[in-house]
Amino acid sequence: MLQLKIKQQHKLKMKFICQLSEIPQLGARRVTRNNGGEIAIFRTGDDQVFALLDRCPHKGGPLSQGIVFGHKVACPLHNWSIGLNDGCATEPDVGCAERYAVELRGVEVWLDTAAPILSQSALTTTIASNVIPIAVV
Amino acid sequence: MQKVRLVMVGNGMAGVRALEELIKLTPDLYDITVFGAEPHPNYNRILLSPVLAGEQTINDIILNDFQWYEDNQIRLYTNKKITKIDRKNRTVEASDGTICEYDRLLLATGSNPFMLPVPGGNLDGVLSYRDIHDTEKMIEAAATHKQAVVIGGGLLGLEAANGLALRGMEVTVIQFAGWLMERQLDETASKMLQASLEAKGLKFALKANTEAILEDVVNPGHVGSVRLKDGTVIPAQLVVMAVGIRPNTELAESAGIHCNRGIVVNDTMQTYDPRIYAVGECVSHRGIAYGLVAPLFDQAKVAANHLAQMGIGRYEGSVTSTKLKVTGVDLFSAGNFMGGDDCEEIVLSDPGAGIYKKIVLKGDKLIGSVMYGDTADGSWYFKLLRDGTNIGAMRDRLMFGENNLGDTGHQGQNKAATMSMEAEVCGCNGVCKGAIVKAIKEKGLFTLDEVRKHTKASSSCGSCTGLVEQILMFTAGGDYSATPKLKAMCGCTDHNHQAVRDAIKTHHLITIPAVMEMLEWRTPNGCASCRPALNYYLISTWAKEAVDDPQSRYINERSHANIQKDGTYSVIPRMWAGETNASELRRIADVVDKYAIPTVKVTGGQRIDLLGIKKEDLVSVWKDLDMPSGHAYAKGLRTVKTCVGSEWCRFGTQDSTQMGKDLERMLWRMYAPHKVKLAVSGCPRNCAESGIKDVGVIGVDSGWEIYIAGNGGIKTEVAAFFVKLKTSDEVLEYAAAFLQLYREEGWYLERTVHYVQRVGMEYVKEKVLNDAINRKALYERLLFSLDGEPDPWHEQIKAQVDTRQFIPVAVLT
Ligand SMILES: Cc1cc2nc3c(=O)[nH]c(=O)nc-3n(C[C@H](O)[C@H](O)[C@H](O)COP(=O)(O)OP(=O)(O)OC[C@H]3O[C@@H](n4cnc5c(N)ncnc54)[C@H](O)[C@@H]3O)c2cc1C
Ligand code: HEM
Ligand code: SF4
Ligand code: SF4
Ligand code: FES
Repeated sequence: MLQLKIKQQHKLKMKFICQLSEIPQLGARRVTRNNGGEIAIFRTGDDQVFALLDRCPHKGGPLSQGIVFGHKVACPLHNWSIGLNDGCATEPDVGCAERYAVELRGVEVWLDTAAPILSQSALTTTIASNVIPIAVV
Repeated sequence: MQKVRLVMVGNGMAGVRALEELIKLTPDLYDITVFGAEPHPNYNRILLSPVLAGEQTINDIILNDFQWYEDNQIRLYTNKKITKIDRKNRTVEASDGTICEYDRLLLATGSNPFMLPVPGGNLDGVLSYRDIHDTEKMIEAAATHKQAVVIGGGLLGLEAANGLALRGMEVTVIQFAGWLMERQLDETASKMLQASLEAKGLKFALKANTEAILEDVVNPGHVGSVRLKDGTVIPAQLVVMAVGIRPNTELAESAGIHCNRGIVVNDTMQTYDPRIYAVGECVSHRGIAYGLVAPLFDQAKVAANHLAQMGIGRYEGSVTSTKLKVTGVDLFSAGNFMGGDDCEEIVLSDPGAGIYKKIVLKGDKLIGSVMYGDTADGSWYFKLLRDGTNIGAMRDRLMFGENNLGDTGHQGQNKAATMSMEAEVCGCNGVCKGAIVKAIKEKGLFTLDEVRKHTKASSSCGSCTGLVEQILMFTAGGDYSATPKLKAMCGCTDHNHQAVRDAIKTHHLITIPAVMEMLEWRTPNGCASCRPALNYYLISTWAKEAVDDPQSRYINERSHANIQKDGTYSVIPRMWAGETNASELRRIADVVDKYAIPTVKVTGGQRIDLLGIKKEDLVSVWKDLDMPSGHAYAKGLRTVKTCVGSEWCRFGTQDSTQMGKDLERMLWRMYAPHKVKLAVSGCPRNCAESGIKDVGVIGVDSGWEIYIAGNGGIKTEVAAFFVKLKTSDEVLEYAAAFLQLYREEGWYLERTVHYVQRVGMEYVKEKVLNDAINRKALYERLLFSLDGEPDPWHEQIKAQVDTRQFIPVAVLT
């Protein structure tokens, strides 16, 4: 079984962002915040949504501007592949972008804006809403 | 679910590589058991030579330690030789009676050294050179005995002889042929090699035939000397036979699996029993048994792919090249280096400096090469050979190597061995020699691709590839050089660019999903490398029919501006042929003030670059500029650079600026496989640098000269003379026809120079110059595809620019 070590716990603060149709398929849109950097929300070919801090772990490239394929995005600056589910670069590159909890409620995209998800390791689930830490140890 | 049982026989380099690839693809599909006759985990057999030479230890050359097998839940039986396969009951049996059932069997039994059937061959002290055991025996013998004979003057024999000599033995190499390494070297290179090995103390008996190995008089049962047919007796307490290898097919044959100088396999590495796969030196594929690791690794990959039930990989054979791993000796050979009646040879020989290079040409193709002393260009020649590149245009400079053709980025260095650990090898990514050596050692890298992935060296412009390969050579001993004959487009498919282009045309495919379905793409929506290519192929093949897909374009082409390292953008408006006026300049100045644009720069393409613009501002910047898009971001026509020409210049013979404007107005908005740049100069003084452009035009008194397929950049390529024309209308027609040919046939990201090298200048001339009807048709097709194309800066809807991208989807407070 997966064991999540989560040091910090936060209350989810889900906010409505947009209709799914406002994000192009195999594309992304940016959410700007007064506090903290921009968040990229991706929509994949199979209509799932993922949210990452819009900063590549390599040199900070804006991931929202990359090409989305499968459940990955290719950074527009130097072409690292970043996994949308875990925010991490594909081997042998190393580094992860912060992930945010996001979910689809019908055709609406909702985002937790309170804080990034803090688990270190890649989670094996594919649906982003499932990775919200419910069972906290 | 019960896992499928995979059993592997032979715990060597090819087999374990197949397991590694398999585990990467499907970690959980198989329950894996491995039988190895040797007592060791998998090690790098290639590096036995440096171990013998005392440059490395056995520990250094272990590739997968016991822990690796454990970590991957592989049951490993060492010291267990399989003696029987029962195909009916699907079991294998080891010499000690162990029986193991399989669902799939992988044979990787390697090869056996061939032992000359001469009297005395079974005496103590007569060894082959194949594994750790042999190597340890040789090291032992070198410690107690003085003289050695190595039978066989090939690659293996010379490495053995060199190692033994370094361990203090007096070594004589007996070679049947007239010169050393007769299968890899011509006589001249071989003589140079021999001289340098003699300088290291080795002795040679050439054209010598071993008659018998004689017993030592004082030490019965042990070897004492070797007698040749001509009566010569050479004293030796150690004899190493290195006369060749035979694929180890004994086990397969005993099980009734079809063998013919190797276990016969198909392109998916399956034997005649489809449950049984085979890879490595034991295999015969399309009649060839390979004896170097690189092709074996390709085989391993295909076998793994098939075992993983992906079932699309095909092994289609490899081209190989050779290097000798003797420190201080630099030689390279590939292909048909001996030449023949219908071949030509170019030779550079400088015996004083110890340098010899020969390249063999047939028609306009390089078919072989052998080099001694300076092998920095080996990999370049090998690439030309393998790709069948048309070398007609560079023939006269070919001999002087790739550097000579204008390389930048590594200080003109071409010898990795003499570079210090801190010296920069890859100027693009700032990777020094030490970092590459470290990565190769720590991560166990073998191939150029692996080094590229892990260190980024040689992964951008590629001009340091030769250096990286040399480093790989002396650090890993890896033979990096074999690659599939046709390179797949990317990891999503096994089809190459040409096959994809052809399919799009023949089957009238007009959408990316249609292509992916037809050609059985492995991934649901491709990757960042194939999607842009597919998108381009569709819109260039089916103009006005296929619809552009912005999500399959790189960011620059999606947002019609150039992304910068801080995520802002640059904007370069079009200035026809580099001419501007007060009103444009005033608007630019106003825009700079209004949007607080930090940097304004004049580009080398004769226009003005506004840098540091926020994405949110792009649309209004374009609007306020009220100038056409400069497409400085596009794989397509960028600029037409011109000199002032006859309007003003006192030397001018033609109106180059007007010619440039006409060309630019005809060609702007043109997408192409890669960027396209033109230049027009008004006289041969060539102030617009027409000589390094995709299409360069130079005015002369009687008309215009056209040059094609040049470019600046990492490797400066001088454009080649194409045709001389009288009128500017002709210039438009010929330039357009050439570019349309390139647009229809070029592979994505292939620049004109590479396209022309691939198809040959003769072919381009045939299509554009000699065939007037075809030329006009090409010209018409280009005009047709450009007719009515929108300017993405000002006709956003028509150009399908998704303007939502410029604004945030939400602002959180
Ligand atoms: C000294 C030396 C230098 C070399 N230098 C180079 C070089 O510079 N470049 C290059 O490309 N190649 C080089 N080679 C060749 C290269 O090492 C081989 O091509 C490669 O190792 C072959 O891999 P393989 O897996 O097919 O066979 P192997 O690595 O030989 O593995 C086969 C294994 O199967 C075991 N086996 C056989 N039969 C059975 C059985 N019935 N049951 C259980 N186990 C069995 C064997 O003991 C062996 O361990 C060199 C080889 C040697 C010996
Ligand atoms: C191989 C790699 C090359 C890369 C990656 C590259 C990259 C770039 C980039 C990113 C820009 C845009 C700068 C901006 O944002 O304003 C640019 C502009 C430019 N580059 Fe390159 N370049 C390459 C090769 C070349 C070569 C070979 C030449 C010339 C011979 C060249 C000449 C120019 C010019 C003239 C401009 C200004 C563009 C314009 O006026 O449209 N570049 N290049
Ligand atoms: S190329 Fe000739 S015409 Fe053009 S500016 Fe130079 S000297 Fe004058
Ligand atoms: S503009 Fe061209 S030469 Fe200059 S830094 Fe960028 S890629 Fe290199
Ligand atoms: S910043 Fe993303 S790959 Fe370099």
